[in-house]
Amino acid sequence: MMFAGLSRNDKLLFAGFTIAALAMPLLAWPVGANYPDLLQKFAIYGIFAIGFNILFGLTGYLSFGHAAFLGVGSYAAVWMFKGVTMNVIPAVIFGVLVSGMFAALIGFISLRRSGIYFSILTLAFAQMSYNLAYSVLTPITNGETGLQLSQDDARVLDRMFTEQTAGLPSTNLFGLEMSGYPGFYFCCVLLIIAFFIALRIQRSPFGMMLRAIKTNQVRMNYTGFNTRPYALTAFIISGMYAGLAGSLLAVTDPLAGAERMQWTASGEVVLMTILGGAGTLIGPILGAGLIKYFENIFSSYNDGLLAESFSFLPDFLNDTLVFVIGPFVGEGWSLLLGIVFMAIVIFLPGGLMEGLARIHGWYRRRGQGDTGRNVAKQAAE
Amino acid sequence: MAILEVNDVNKAFGGLKALNAVNLSVEEGTVHAIIGPNGAGKSTLLNCFVGRLIPDTGSVMFNGQSLLGIKPHQINQTGVARVFQTPEIFTDLSILENVMIPAFAKVDGAFRINAWKTVGTRGEVRDMAEKVLEEVGLHEKRDIIASSLSRGDKRRLEMAMCLVQDPKLLLLDEPTAGMSRADTNNTVDLLQRVGTHITKIVIEHDMHVVFSLADHISVLAQGTVIAGGKPEEIKGNPKVQEAYLGGAHA
Ligand SMILES: Nc1ncnc2c1ncn2[C@@H]1O[C@H](COP(=O)(O)OP(=O)(O)O)[C@@H](O)[C@H]1O
Ligand SMILES: [Mg+2]
Repeated sequence: MMFAGLSRNDKLLFAGFTIAALAMPLLAWPVGANYPDLLQKFAIYGIFAIGFNILFGLTGYLSFGHAAFLGVGSYAAVWMFKGVTMNVIPAVIFGVLVSGMFAALIGFISLRRSGIYFSILTLAFAQMSYNLAYSVLTPITNGETGLQLSQDDARVLDRMFTEQTAGLPSTNLFGLEMSGYPGFYFCCVLLIIAFFIALRIQRSPFGMMLRAIKTNQVRMNYTGFNTRPYALTAFIISGMYAGLAGSLLAVTDPLAGAERMQWTASGEVVLMTILGGAGTLIGPILGAGLIKYFENIFSSYNDGLLAESFSFLPDFLNDTLVFVIGPFVGEGWSLLLGIVFMAIVIFLPGGLMEGLARIHGWYRRRGQGDTGRNVAKQAAE
Repeated sequence: MAILEVNDVNKAFGGLKALNAVNLSVEEGTVHAIIGPNGAGKSTLLNCFVGRLIPDTGSVMFNGQSLLGIKPHQINQTGVARVFQTPEIFTDLSILENVMIPAFAKVDGAFRINAWKTVGTRGEVRDMAEKVLEEVGLHEKRDIIASSLSRGDKRRLEMAMCLVQDPKLLLLDEPTAGMSRADTNNTVDLLQRVGTHITKIVIEHDMHVVFSLADHISVLAQGTVIAGGKPEEIKGNPKVQEAYLGGAHA
């Protein structure tokens, strides 16, 4: 049932993805990224990027406001923690539903335009949400402080079954605390489900229509399709993915702040998707993982740390290196990201997936081997 | 019986009167050619049939139903398909996908979220597409990307995309423009072979094409129908001669 209609290659792709996702701690070990907090981020932003890709990669609508849905998902989840229970399941469901409704509203209005006007509308809505979170909506968002757990929270469901403890409670899955590896594996399982749903969408007639809309919307209309509800559905689905990611951020750390909705966060998911390869299934997840990994490394560096790591060099070399590299680490990490992004867009517009396909094609031409041809074809799709 | 009834249609772009009191009646099952010099308003007229433009005044009735004020996709769903002057195809998709998409519109309607079934399980839609691709001679190329097709093949593909829907009325805007003689002959042959029961309106410059296909010809000049009739009647009409020999441009 679940796999009905999927080709053998798709089943292999899904199996491979599932194994890789579950083995992420092992795979990340050689690069020193094998700690739950970071792995969790890979999974969460992977989900965010998969969803974004359904709208941007498949349908061709470039949203610059998707962080708004991430933020809404976080707020909704924290409210669930405060009001009902610390169990993560209701929080995640609530986060997805609320951001889905929010996406329906914003999508309905923004999709009256396409191209750059659509992008600007989404950006405007996201910035509006960001500002509202700081001002009028303070009762819901707790303004600049951010929405946090507190001792006086109602938590009605939890209160019925357990005594209130002295400290703040932690998020849990039916008692299993969502910190460390259990927390990561919760996100990981959701990543796998999110990937599977995206795979099914991409291979469905619905997905085919989304790709057709991206290629030629005029033809779609004169071919008898009402394209607006297709685009709106894609928008809502991707908003729900973002809401899922946002609520998982709250699962990891039950706190929601407006900065999560800022335009830089919206821009980040665009970078992830394009860096990995828009329109491909794996690319956006790869992009999300790489950006989060390097952000983690580079943003923690500062000049002092740099000087230390080059201390084996003579002083003048050390100083020069610190001078050259310094601007790109710490606060300057986004500068580095910007340069890498430009290079990708210019030299590898299909993102890393295109790069991998090229390398693969090159090997195949050298080796004239047959094996793996399908895998590459698959990867390119 | 008239399948399309155009009554007193006017359309102006600013000061330019592109269509001036156009009347037209297209008989079911016939091929109706519209000829006329460049800028006569032929494409504008077709645009009024498919919802791309709304006439300033007048009426367009298709099978007794007005086509004015309803959206392009609704017009298509009532059975009107169009081949554009510059091919409108899905350049990033394969030939087969290009034809399956219109087939899906025919089978599943204007909007349906069938996101869980795979395309692979919809054999009936694929069969429809493959059959038409055989007929137009693009079956061998079904897996290549549409952008890599030659100009003539792109036209043929767009025709296949319309034919797969088995429309009641097919509008063709200069289907042979820019084609070599061989490609033009191919297209004429194709139109005589495939979908012969479909009513067609063909805009065409090539008189050879017009006289091989048309049952009825309307001549449009400066937004007005100046003559209409059977091909033999049109051939000898002095007004038509004048319009084509530059009188209309003066
Ligand atoms: N969208 C438009 N806006 C302004 N003028 C137009 C538009 N479409 C067509 N026209 C003008 O209307 C006249 C008829 O054009 P058209 O219908 O394309 O002629 P043709 O018979 O060659 O297909 C031309 O003078 C053209 O410039
Ligand atoms: Mg024209």
